[in-house]
Amino acid sequence: MDRQIQNSKLKIQNLGILVFLLMLSLILGSGGCQRSKAGITVAGSTSVEPFAELLAEEYMIRNPHSHIYVQGGGSTAGIEAVRSHAANIGMSSRSLMGTEKSLYAVTIAKDAIAIIIHPRNPVEDLSLEKVREVFSGRIRNWKEIGGQDHPIILVTREEGSGTREAFQKLVMGEEEISLEALVQDSNGAIRQVVSGDPNAIGYISLGLVNEKVKALRISGVEPNVKNIESGRYHLVRPFLFVFNGEPTGEAKAFLDFVICPEAQELLCKEGLISILSTSSEGKVGSQRKGY
Amino acid sequence: MEVKEKVIEKILLLIALSSISILTLIALFIFGEGLPFIWKFGPIDFLFGKRWVPSHGEFGIFPMIVGSFWVTVGALLLGIPLGLACAIFLCEWIPPLAAMFLRPAIQLLAAIPSVIYGFWGLMVLVPLVRNYLGGSGLSIFSGSIILGFMILPTIISISEDSLRALPPSYKAGAFALGATHWQTIWRVLVPAARSGIVASIILGMGRAIGETMAMIMILGNAVKLPTSFLDSARTLTTNIGIEMGYASGDHRQALFATGVILFFIIMILNSSAILLSRRRIG
Repeated sequence: MDRQIQNSKLKIQNLGILVFLLMLSLILGSGGCQRSKAGITVAGSTSVEPFAELLAEEYMIRNPHSHIYVQGGGSTAGIEAVRSHAANIGMSSRSLMGTEKSLYAVTIAKDAIAIIIHPRNPVEDLSLEKVREVFSGRIRNWKEIGGQDHPIILVTREEGSGTREAFQKLVMGEEEISLEALVQDSNGAIRQVVSGDPNAIGYISLGLVNEKVKALRISGVEPNVKNIESGRYHLVRPFLFVFNGEPTGEAKAFLDFVICPEAQELLCKEGLISILSTSSEGKVGSQRKGY
Repeated sequence: MEVKEKVIEKILLLIALSSISILTLIALFIFGEGLPFIWKFGPIDFLFGKRWVPSHGEFGIFPMIVGSFWVTVGALLLGIPLGLACAIFLCEWIPPLAAMFLRPAIQLLAAIPSVIYGFWGLMVLVPLVRNYLGGSGLSIFSGSIILGFMILPTIISISEDSLRALPPSYKAGAFALGATHWQTIWRVLVPAARSGIVASIILGMGRAIGETMAMIMILGNAVKLPTSFLDSARTLTTNIGIEMGYASGDHRQALFATGVILFFIIMILNSSAILLSRRRIG
């Protein structure tokens, strides 16, 4: 009997030690995330991530003592991370909404959204209204908009994606994307589905359009850098860096690098639209808040 | 010596406890995040709501429950006959030389990562379904086929074990009564091993419901209620997998709540498998 009590006491003690160890590892683990002073963390949109990685590499070549850690996770997660000081810079591929507007945002580049279809599909041009009707499920067959007699396969991004939110705002307005649409969780996956299915239509970042898919003209306007810069192609969204208050120190240095002409040129080469070339927008400083 | 053994015993106890405590932590966390949401949103609305539009605050997972159900049924339609036939063959007829290749091959089937199944399905099966059956190819049909193969190792190995565990006297008795080999298998051995075979099917079902990566790639993930086997569908697991990256607030909690429902389903399946395999028929 005594032995049993002792045993169970021991078990409880062991459990206590175990819980303590777990707690300890949790605390230590989260502590480890806060990088040393020399580095900053950039987290957020997976659309911005590859470009931020590129910029971070360039920056680290120039400043060998600094470290910039770039992580994905999504626009919303990035903005949350900045708010909770888990990251120094948040990346967002959509404008700030609601309470997020209290954060400090800088547009680092612009990105266009292209409506893509299979290269064999004869359709070349759709008006914005037609695109809206297609994605809301009112137009269901390609023959209604100048294609062959096949049902339209819609492909969209998942709820919460920055690209989807931008598409919703720029194209759909108040209307809802059809629930029948296939849902893929990355630009690449959408491109993969559309490149394999002659009846599919989807939307991705213009920079990621390749020869396997065809980007549609919108009311006769081809999605290219010239038309975007002149403001004729409207499906454009900002890529933002988000800060919790005015950037300082390393974060500011990185931001200054990102908006310098050299880095902007790098982004242009990758298919983004530089913030410097859009003359109508004025100086960088004037577009800081209110996104 | 005594002390050393005590120490080893305690260390092993600690390790064993840690694995269970992880399970407890996971359960606590999922329930802690998910249950308040289900309560707030209303269990009926959550379970039977037909619309999942997080941006409008609509969180009905009924289409996902139906999706999970159909994909699993499809997988079992393929997996049970193939798996059972394979198990019987492995038990009764297989030449020793073939067994040397076949058994490792089946084990290998279990070792292939699910993303490879998904990739193969996306590249090979989906275009075939699209070209010959219509639709987008990303469908319950394609998903069921892939999943059917993924649950084969589970069904085969457990069914085979339960067939082998039967006393040799069953077979000898049936032969002595003049039954043919096939009659013996179908009328005596399979019914006698029934509990183990059913347990293997239920464990296969558990695997099918839990599969995520391959299903994200193949099912198309549309959130509407599927009406045919060629429709795209979303399962409970893929709902979490595809949306967790960007979810926040209510949306995130709704995903945890999806996990709660999944947890219940898997618990029910696993405990019934354990109960069934415990019951001895004979």
